[in-house]
Amino acid sequence: MKRLAGRLLGIHSALVLLFLYAPILVLIIFSFNTSRLNVEWEGFTFDWYSELLQDRQILRSLQNSLVVACVSTLVSTVLGTMTAFALARHRFRGKRLLEAVLYIPIILPEIVMGISLLAFFSTVGMRLGLTTISIAHITFSTAFVALVVRARLHGFDRTLERAAADLGAGAWTTFRRITLPLIWPGILAGAVIAFTLSLDDVIITFFTSGPGSTTLSLYVFSMVRLGVSPKVNALSTSILLVTFVLVAIVARTTGRPGGGRPRSF
Amino acid sequence: MTPRTRFGLVLLLAPVVLWLLAFQVIPLGLVLAVSLSTRGRYGGIVWEWGLHNYVRFLDPLYLGILADSLIVAGITTIVALAIGYPFAYYVASRPPQWRNILLLLVVIPFWTNMLIRTYAWAMILRANGFLNNLLIGLGLIDEPLQILYTQSAAVLGLTYVLLPFMILPLYAAIEKLDHRLVQAAQDLGASSWHVLRQVILPLTMPGVIAGSIMVFVPALALFFVTDLLGGARSLLIGNLIHRQFTQARDWPFGAASSVVLTLVSLVLIFVYVRFFSPKDDEEWI
Repeated sequence: MKRLAGRLLGIHSALVLLFLYAPILVLIIFSFNTSRLNVEWEGFTFDWYSELLQDRQILRSLQNSLVVACVSTLVSTVLGTMTAFALARHRFRGKRLLEAVLYIPIILPEIVMGISLLAFFSTVGMRLGLTTISIAHITFSTAFVALVVRARLHGFDRTLERAAADLGAGAWTTFRRITLPLIWPGILAGAVIAFTLSLDDVIITFFTSGPGSTTLSLYVFSMVRLGVSPKVNALSTSILLVTFVLVAIVARTTGRPGGGRPRSF
Repeated sequence: MTPRTRFGLVLLLAPVVLWLLAFQVIPLGLVLAVSLSTRGRYGGIVWEWGLHNYVRFLDPLYLGILADSLIVAGITTIVALAIGYPFAYYVASRPPQWRNILLLLVVIPFWTNMLIRTYAWAMILRANGFLNNLLIGLGLIDEPLQILYTQSAAVLGLTYVLLPFMILPLYAAIEKLDHRLVQAAQDLGASSWHVLRQVILPLTMPGVIAGSIMVFVPALALFFVTDLLGGARSLLIGNLIHRQFTQARDWPFGAASSVVLTLVSLVLIFVYVRFFSPKDDEEWI
């Protein structure tokens, strides 16, 4: 009986993974299709990959996406980590309020954040572009980074810091040599989440972008009605390939996939 | 608090407080203000205050859209929970190195933009798409089924893009589950069903709540998924708001609809958390 239940769970999980990867497999297959339309299989080709490299517009949109993702990851990781420290280690007036405001992006429908920022930028007269998109992404990513880093700080053994201080280490040395290495996996996880959310986002980007700041998602958005070019499939396939290679390298260097450095204490 | 730590705390908090004030609190206040204003003749905002945008929302047409959105988001949440819970349970029961690989596999699809993955579903579901060809090839159907541009396709797409948001919190809760409690229940003669119902589910309820919220709320307003897969038949509140800010150029009504959406989701979250939070189980442990 228990065996059977385990078997069924295994089959179910395999099907879930198939479900998660079905559209991605279709994207990959059609990136090698001779037909201009993503409808029927006509024959094998590498043309879309070579055409992709010549397409200024699509490469530009990829570049924009990556710039926004990098900037927003960097800023939100720093901002989120600072916030997590303040929340995990201090009591102060208005803490509850800060938490409530901080986590708004996690429980508010994205579209509401999107239009609120659009209304704000147009009221203060800020030109919509990569800067406004980055600001928007930083705003929602900070909440997620703070949440993840705070969870890591929760189980933190502070006697280690006190030991370092007793042994004569200054505040900065203690932070750099003791605190940072211990919470590093949390910070890294936060940064990965921020980067991922930024690349994945459609709605908030849609409302905070302007002419000349087309990101990949907006580029696809403009094509969706008429049919998306197989060049987009080729690009998605390439990005996936790069991702897998990067993940494999990280897995190799840290010894285990997805895990950060092991606790060495 | 010594003056020194106080100074440190201020330095730590100042950037985030200023940031949230500028890009979260003021913008959301602005939405509230715009929702009370009036649409200008050419689509601008005229600062004539009133509740007229909210009164307009009471029209059966818009209330119907809101009701549809709640139903679609509700079904999506239930489906995601039904699919995600056994999966998360399976992942949590694997050896640690397998867990990491499986979790990674759940996250990797995110690296392909959500819109592109949604478009790929449209490719799969359309009349001459993958799924219909497969079913015809297997001899299960003769004529292609109309799957794309139905409410079911919208639910499928929403479930697809939001499933990882259900799986991850569920996994976090299930992983923490103390298996000695499960064993104790079994030793005391509880059936599998009772163990699940009275031990495992209550103990993993925080994950169920977190996952449900993280699926339900976005599902209300992912307008491009319902646009691409549900077609004209599934006009949800996200699509309504999107249209006010694009085609209709009626920001005040769009803002009022967003305020309604926000209030409804906040109330539902509150009720849900109240209703499903385990009450005295914590003391019990």
